[in-house]
Amino acid sequence: MRKIFAEKLTELAEKNRHVVLLSGDIGNKMFDDFKEVAPNRFFNCGIAEANMIGVSAGLALNGFRPFVYTIAPFATVRCLEQIRVDLCYHNLPVVIVGTGSGLSYAELGPTHQMLEDISLLRSFPNMTIVCPCDPRETDLVISQSFNRNSPMYIRLGKKGEPVLHNNDFEIGKSITIREGYDICLITTGTMLKNVLDIAETLGKVGIKAHIEHFHTVKPIDKESLTKIFNNFKVVATIEEHSLIGGLGSIVSEVYVDGDFEKIKILRFGTDDKYLSKTGSKEYMLKAYGLDYDDIVKQVEGVFK
Amino acid sequence: MEIVKLDDLAKNIRKDIITVSYLHKVPHLGSCLSIVDILTVLYFKYLNISSDNLNSENRDRFILSKGHAVPALYQVLKAKSILTSDELKDYGSDGSYFAEHPPASGIDGIEAATGSLGHGLPIGLGISLSLDIKELDAKTVVLLGDGECNEGSVWEAAMMASSNKTKNLIAIIDFNKWQATDRSKEVLSLDPLSDKWESFGWEVYECDGNDTKSLIKVLDKIFNSDEKKPKVLIAHTVKGKGISFMEDDNNWHYRTPNKEEYENAMLEMEID
Repeated sequence: MRKIFAEKLTELAEKNRHVVLLSGDIGNKMFDDFKEVAPNRFFNCGIAEANMIGVSAGLALNGFRPFVYTIAPFATVRCLEQIRVDLCYHNLPVVIVGTGSGLSYAELGPTHQMLEDISLLRSFPNMTIVCPCDPRETDLVISQSFNRNSPMYIRLGKKGEPVLHNNDFEIGKSITIREGYDICLITTGTMLKNVLDIAETLGKVGIKAHIEHFHTVKPIDKESLTKIFNNFKVVATIEEHSLIGGLGSIVSEVYVDGDFEKIKILRFGTDDKYLSKTGSKEYMLKAYGLDYDDIVKQVEGVFK
Repeated sequence: MEIVKLDDLAKNIRKDIITVSYLHKVPHLGSCLSIVDILTVLYFKYLNISSDNLNSENRDRFILSKGHAVPALYQVLKAKSILTSDELKDYGSDGSYFAEHPPASGIDGIEAATGSLGHGLPIGLGISLSLDIKELDAKTVVLLGDGECNEGSVWEAAMMASSNKTKNLIAIIDFNKWQATDRSKEVLSLDPLSDKWESFGWEVYECDGNDTKSLIKVLDKIFNSDEKKPKVLIAHTVKGKGISFMEDDNNWHYRTPNKEEYENAMLEMEID
């Protein structure tokens, strides 16, 4: 995903003189082509994220379209107040691209894992949050970010993600990935790949799962959620993010605020804890409470 | 503009600031009074900012990074006819844009919302870089407090400005030797302030920031310097400058004058 980001942005920088790229001392070589195309519009801001956000605000105030790139926790919570004041309060078109979100960098430990970003950033007025599921969506969200004039956070995985679908993509509109009628599995970002596996497994025991991918978690597609709440008796949210304040919370909020029949909502996400133990992404997902066998078992339980 | 006229202007601006503080209980009077002379000289002698060019790309930019001193800037903008007395009548009433810290929109002449300290220099650096990309020669001036230099983001910006040789970026430190609760050099080690900036790669200047002549002498040099470095002016000032019983008394960081104090302050300004 990060490779596509660099390629797409280079392509856009060639066409648009206002594209500026700020990197927090990462992406060695990844941005060589960008630097070639727009040498005076690339800034290595060093390991100084608070300043990087402020600088992006200054560039945006003067008409540029800055993209700020670094590892998700440093792109977001490290400089949270600068995002709040400099970008969201001023409502500036700066795109923050956080790579290695969720447990993409599981082996690097909790300092580099990012399971609270959606929760924190979505409370800021004017902020749009998009979690693409694959390289193709990454490409499309970068292009479409130009249609908006407000801050955006793009939550990326890392590298080597497969393309998961070929459906139309529009910021703010959810995508039906798989049709089904017993349960609606709601997900976002790279977790979609795992949710496809879960739906497959559920199919084997006779549960036909629908999958709806909400790449845009803010603003959430309420129209799509309304349809889901009216058509399904069981809904499950599955996300690579804390259960506090993420997609599961967003879906629950829309449900509570609406006037819907009683349905069952299951929420799957990471537990409210930090783990010093480390391991592969699969291991860490389980350790944080996102165990697929358990998800399947719980869903089955609802239908027994 | 001549020195005498600038001093006269500064005196009237001080009166207006104190009046607003008295009428609407607006704090940070000490912080406002220490920067009046800097603002007056900048706006009336150096900055290419006027009511006619507020949307022009080539205008100079001024950012008050120590946003709590914005009551002083509002009065300077009024003196500069960027704001009208009529607009300022709103001050202190519900729904007014004239907050105790500059807002992101609603007031002409405010480039950026500040108030949370350590934000103005990074934003100013971004603006200065944007002007460099566009090959425009406009200056970006950022006024910071000495206490504000506690913030790490100030020094992050200082390093990046230096590595990018943003020659048209000018930081001014209102060095009034106080922050909210104590002497600024005692809260966190601030000294030696000029050596710090110099070691970060900036061209450093110092002057008496409450003396118009001294300010003009040094700003002439800064605005005409060919040095390919960002510039910083360490302006030695007195908190509460201009009113004998407020000068260097840090209680006026938060206090607002009562009726007697207000009348005495106005009397002092008349006699001067």
